[in-house]
Amino acid sequence: MPVAVEITDLRKSYGSVEAVRGISLIVNEGEVFALLGPNGAGKTTTVEILEGFRRRDGGHVSVLGFDPATGDRRLKDQLGIVLQTVGVDPYLTVAETVDMFRGFYPKPRPRAEVIELVGLTEKRDSRVTKLSGGQQRRLDMAIALAGDPSLLFLDEPTTGFDPGARRSAWETIKGLAGLGKTIFLTSHSMDEVQYLADRVAIIAAGRVVAEGTPDTLAGREKAAATIRFRLPSSASELPAQLRASAKVGADGVELETKDPTRTMYELTSWAVQAGISLEGLEVTRPTLEDVYLQITHDVGAESKP
Amino acid sequence: MNDLRRALMQIVYINKAFIRSPIAAFFTLVFPIMFLVIFSVLFGNGKMQIQGVTISVATFYVPAIAAFSVVTACYTNIAISLSIARDSGALKRIRGSPLPVWAYMFAKITHSVLIAVLLVAICAAFGAVFYGATLPTTTLPAFLLALVVGAAAFCALGVAVTSVIPNSDAAPAIVNASILPLLFISNVFVPLNNPPAWLDLVSKIFPIRHFADALVKSFFQLSGSGLQTNDLLVIGAWGAAGLVVAIRYFDWEPRR
Repeated sequence: MPVAVEITDLRKSYGSVEAVRGISLIVNEGEVFALLGPNGAGKTTTVEILEGFRRRDGGHVSVLGFDPATGDRRLKDQLGIVLQTVGVDPYLTVAETVDMFRGFYPKPRPRAEVIELVGLTEKRDSRVTKLSGGQQRRLDMAIALAGDPSLLFLDEPTTGFDPGARRSAWETIKGLAGLGKTIFLTSHSMDEVQYLADRVAIIAAGRVVAEGTPDTLAGREKAAATIRFRLPSSASELPAQLRASAKVGADGVELETKDPTRTMYELTSWAVQAGISLEGLEVTRPTLEDVYLQITHDVGAESKP
Repeated sequence: MNDLRRALMQIVYINKAFIRSPIAAFFTLVFPIMFLVIFSVLFGNGKMQIQGVTISVATFYVPAIAAFSVVTACYTNIAISLSIARDSGALKRIRGSPLPVWAYMFAKITHSVLIAVLLVAICAAFGAVFYGATLPTTTLPAFLLALVVGAAAFCALGVAVTSVIPNSDAAPAIVNASILPLLFISNVFVPLNNPPAWLDLVSKIFPIRHFADALVKSFFQLSGSGLQTNDLLVIGAWGAAGLVVAIRYFDWEPRR
């Protein structure tokens, strides 16, 4: 698969603070790639180096075959960028803003299509000052799409959205991925990453600490599962082989198991034989958020003196 | 060629945003005209001497407020609107797009100069209609040259001063603090009539005094070219210094 973005041993410091300490990543063409990490982990620094806003101190970076530090026009022609701040003139209308940016690109996408994609058709002739915060962010997305880019950088694109607006932004991004665009996303939202990303990298303290698909990140699919249920007061004790791994609390019983198929069988066959109904029975895997919190917590503990 | 067309289109968008912004439109377009009317009505009755010619103070305000107009349209307008665009992230957005940065700056500066030209024309028309102060004939080239040099210098200084403006909230304060006192001691708001030597000296350090002098003298001078070489050199030096600072220190990203 052709490579859209390749980063090798990227380094960047601000004064004595090392923001990025040797990141290496590959993003394939047509992929939705998500960069996750706590505030100050180096996400925005990394993305802004890829976008050409910042100079790197070391390492090698290739974006669509170009070095973004040179500010090559042929690269900018193919990039769409959504920054964290809304940067549009408040006194122009939606249509004027989109047209202005379309004029900067050699092969712009038709105006009506761009505005439709972000769901602002009804606000087409409204001035930016009259838009809500969420609508302004969507206009930001429209600007990024104006030049019909092949690679999109979205830096926390749905921060501050209400759930409905977030869902429709996700659908827009999914639709773009369906058109074969490469999307490089940074995010705080695990739901967003789970829903959109083909591949995820977690960075913490300027390094990549985990990489994979959202479903298999950090061995998530193989991690211990938790079985939860409540025992009626009339019930007898659990069978011996289950009692060892059971934690009994006020909310009920929790069983941790590496082999949930077998454990469930043992539990439910015992319960059926004993004529017991297990209330609130559920099996859960660690969520992406659990994995993320675990990994970033570990790194945080390590990097403390 | 395409980029030139893009730069010209950018002037259209900048102008649209400008005339829809109440603050920009009011302070840049209405202020100078308001001052012209008020000053010439309030202080316009006396007589004064310029370059050996006796004129009414009312007509003095035609070239003086023309100078003020150029300073407002170029220096004040550019400094404040660039600070706001920088803070909002609009400049960063432009820099991330394929539009060359020179095309954006060219558009911004050209728009400001066009506004300045419009204001100077209004001042001249006002003087001609109400006070019979018609444009000079023999000294017109010198008058226009002073306008060009002044506009260029104040544009460069407007871009340069953004490098000491921390954020858009501070922009109007810093910009006005840097010119308002000078406007009072530089033969613009008040004709200087035997000022104390030190005040005269202070005002001559800065470009506004020389710009106003160059415009006023060439507007009223009856013979000769009216060319004020020394004044133009001082304005030019300030403009060149502004250009150096602008190129060296201009920021496209919000400051935090």
